[in-house]
Amino acid sequence: MARRSAPEVNAGSMADIAFLLLIFFLVTTDIAVDSGLSRKLPPIDDNPEQEQVVKKEKNIFALNVNSKNALFLKSGGEEKRIELNELRELAVNFIDNGGGKGDDACRRCQGAKNPKSSDNFQTAVISLANDRLAEYKTYIAVQNEIIAAYNQIRNREFRREYPKSGMNFVEATEKYQDPQTKKAEKADLKEKLETIKLLVPQFFSEAETKNK
Amino acid sequence: MSKFKKKKDGGLPPISTASLPDIVFMLLFFFMVATVIKEDNLLIENKLPSANQIEKLDKKYPISYIYIGKPNSNYVGTYGKEDRIQVNDKFTNIDQVQAFIASERAAIPEELIDKLTVSLKVDQEAKMGVLTDVKQELRKTNALKINYTTRKGDAVEKR
Repeated sequence: MARRSAPEVNAGSMADIAFLLLIFFLVTTDIAVDSGLSRKLPPIDDNPEQEQVVKKEKNIFALNVNSKNALFLKSGGEEKRIELNELRELAVNFIDNGGGKGDDACRRCQGAKNPKSSDNFQTAVISLANDRLAEYKTYIAVQNEIIAAYNQIRNREFRREYPKSGMNFVEATEKYQDPQTKKAEKADLKEKLETIKLLVPQFFSEAETKNK
Repeated sequence: MSKFKKKKDGGLPPISTASLPDIVFMLLFFFMVATVIKEDNLLIENKLPSANQIEKLDKKYPISYIYIGKPNSNYVGTYGKEDRIQVNDKFTNIDQVQAFIASERAAIPEELIDKLTVSLKVDQEAKMGVLTDVKQELRKTNALKINYTTRKGDAVEKR
């Protein structure tokens, strides 16, 4: 018998097989969304008879979303209807107002110092109530704008406190969460972030929704 | 004469497709690596709203998912059009949320229990009522870390 060279395998259909697999994975893939607005719920108060902390009315920025998704704001003794795109600016002005005097004075605030609005960062509270029939989309938009307002002030304070870092609060948070950041840098960032969070705390309260 | 004939005949030589499988395999491997197998089979409409002040959820810590939305078109007949809660692969009632959290907690190591984040995937057209009830249940069972999962985008139209 003469030696025969091994017959060549026809690889023409390899592409077809690979395409088949590729299409299978294309169809079954869903790119996971794992980002969003992080929030902490308040723990349930075990003894509600405890005396409630009374806040001055001027320190409360009360938002209300009704069943028609309209947004109402009660602050500084007046109530009015506002649009979503005004909210961020109004919230920043409220938090940053710094209308306090004496012990309540706010050295870092750069706002209008309106005596009818909030005293300082530590006392300003944003409260949100919503109707059960309000849409989730509106709710998220309101939450988003409030976080944006706080971030705006925290960014400013971060830059002022740590001008050498060359970052703002949001960038520093991202850097802190990046798994590639070195441990020593992380510890340093964590300390800075905590300082700013203490300086500009987020006081956000959600009233239980009203039943219709 | 015939020596030269062959060289002259064709116009363009056929393009070699031998590297096509390589290219396809490359794509295939990319998708195989990037794919996350779907965790839950959704029975509800779940179009997430967008927001731009978002933070990434840390995968190091355990995450439980709760979905809220209208039953999708296959289930409208059985479950109606009201917003429903879905955990794992099935519809659930509000009073089972605490049990769900308890079972999630039982499945993770003890030291991670207070790191458990509940990711709320709520349809953008859902009403706040059900979500409020769910949040209340989460408070009762002391699962306080929550995340409103959203897509990246603008929440409010630009002025």
